This record gives sequence, structure tokens and C-alpha cells, in this order.
Amino acid sequence: MHELAVCQALIEQVERVARDNGARRILSITVSVGPLSGVEPSLLEHAYPLAAAGTVAEDAQLLVVPVPVRVRCRTCKAETEAAPNRLVCGTCNDWQVDVIAGEEMVLQRVEIETAEEPVH
Amino acid sequence: MCRDCGCSLGPSAARAPFAAKPAPKGHVESIEVITRILDENDRVAAHNRTHFDGHGVLAVNLMSSPGSGKTSLLEATIKALQGEMRIAVIEGDLATENDAARIRACGVPAIQITTGNACHLDAQMVHDALHDLPLDGLDVLFVENVGNLVCPASFDLGVHRNITLLSVPEGDDKPAKYPVMFRGADLTLITKVDLLPHIEEFSVERARDSLRQVGFKGDIIELTRRGGDGFNAWLGWLRSEIATRRAAAA
Repeated sequence: MHELAVCQALIEQVERVARDNGARRILSITVSVGPLSGVEPSLLEHAYPLAAAGTVAEDAQLLVVPVPVRVRCRTCKAETEAAPNRLVCGTCNDWQVDVIAGEEMVLQRVEIETAEEPVH
Repeated sequence: MCRDCGCSLGPSAARAPFAAKPAPKGHVESIEVITRILDENDRVAAHNRTHFDGHGVLAVNLMSSPGSGKTSLLEATIKALQGEMRIAVIEGDLATENDAARIRACGVPAIQITTGNACHLDAQMVHDALHDLPLDGLDVLFVENVGNLVCPASFDLGVHRNITLLSVPEGDDKPAKYPVMFRGADLTLITKVDLLPHIEEFSVERARDSLRQVGFKGDIIELTRRGGDGFNAWLGWLRSEIATRRAAAA
């Protein structure tokens, strides 16, 4: 279950964002994860509270945006979705394809709370 | 009690509800970040690679299921290249020093990383092991990862080449089951091919097809550690990679 290690790395990043922006608390964290990153979104969600406990992100909601695998065909140039274990063109079935999405494991956005009272 | 399997957990416990977003009590800002979650691992991996390059050492990561023959392959390789190449090994394992002891018995330095419960090596663990392993005069450093076809695939160690082993008794559909691991490799070694006559379920053609379907674009070598053409092809691959590395370092 390497998702715990991934969550720990994620927490280190959001702690840095919180520090740099004077956050008191983190409200939500948005990450995008493709199947070719080797990380399972549901395991990430389960591991998250263990990694976040006692940190500025302890109460934060983790939003995992799944990214489907997409390939571009070198033969017919079509861009189609593909299964992680069948990287072939959805149009012409050729396996000479380049993966254009589905490998990512990216921290996209952090929603923070900065002050006790709203600042106007 | 759960009706499906008789366990003491209710159906809702099978998938814990995820926390709702806390109600804000102050000023809220949304900050776009866009960084790779494992960027710290990637940074240390790049540092490791620079360290290897500085010493002109080829670094190779071996990954596979437990029991597919990583340590046996290393033993046979060390023996075959005795006097020709200077080799060292970093061994990753959950609990024992057994593999490092086997490598040391072949007369080459081996550092054991015992990961505790960690299912994979990461760049920092390799970096720490390098503090105990002088690279001067080495030709090749093997990193034998924890036996696991899932977790090690997500962590760049800073090596030059990743190799995945697929042993005949495991079945020819392993690449389809573990696409991330096999897709990311530079070389696949189909090991224990001397068992092919006894395991008719394994088709080398199906294994090759499965590798192609997951987008694996590297070389495939069929071998047994007992020698023969496949084993010589593996040694040839290694010699050619070392020559490339030396040329790059010169």
C-alpha cells in the first residue's frame, strides 16, 4: 500500500503551501490521478486521514479527480480513451500510440483559511 | 453482521465515508499549485542519478514479483562477469538480510535496506544506502527492489535502467494484470524458461503480446540463470549499457 507514502508526500507539499500563504487551516485539497500513475484513488482516500492526522490539513477534504487514459494514434492520429492494459487506438486498433493522459499524480489546488474573521 | 461474507463489519464500513469539507471560520483562498505529488522523490532521484553519472556507474533497478529470480539472476551474473566488471548491489527487503548475505557470498559488496513494512524502495532509501557504498571503481550498481509488482512502479530511484522480471511459473498474463509496472520498464526478462516444457499454460508469444498491449517498448530476453543463449544475450545487453554509460561519462 504505497498510497500512504504518496499521501505523506502530499501532506508535505500542502504544509509548504499553507506556510507560504499564512494559512491557519486547509479546507480542501484537489489532486488528479491517472491509472498509469500506479496509484488507486480509493486507497489514496483511505490513507489520507492517517497521513493528515495532527497536521494543518487534518480536517481537509481530499478531492481525487480521476483522469482516464487517453492515447494518440501514430497511424490515424485519432485521440481516444484506452484501458490501462490495452493501450491501442480506439479508432483503428493500432498499438503504435502515445499516451497523452493517464500518467499524472498531481496536486492541483489547495483551499486554505487564513484569518479568524473574513478580511474585507 | 455483513450478509455477504459473515464478517463483523457492516456494508458501510467496507468503504469509509470521506470527510466533508469543514465550515470556514475565516478568509478563504483557493490556491492553484500544479506540482507532481512525488516531486520530492523525483528531486532526490535526480540527485542520485547525478551521483551515479559522476562516478561513471550504470545503475539498474530490478523489479518483479517475489520469487521470480532476481537474486538468483544477480548471483549468476556476478559469477559470469567475475574479473570483467566490478559490481555492487543494494538489496531491498521487508525483513531479512538473506538476499544481501547471498550476494556477499559471491564476493561483491551488498547493502541491505530493510524497509520494515514499506512495500517499495524510494529515492531517499537508495540515497541513504549510497552513504555506505563507495562507488569508486564500480561498473554497475544493481538495486534489487522489494518483490512487488505494484508499489515500486510509482517511485523513480534515479537509476539509468529499470528491468522487470517475469518468471514462467507466474503466468503469461502478468503484464495485463500489472500494466504500470511492465509499461515503465526498459527491459523485460522472461526468467525460468527451462520450466517451459513443464508449464504448458505459459506461452512466450502471449507474454510478448501482453507486454505490447500495455505499451512496453523495450527489449525482451528469455533466459534461465543456468546459461545458454538467453543468458548470454542478457550479459550482452549489460555490456552494451555499461559501454554507453562510460562513453557518456568520458
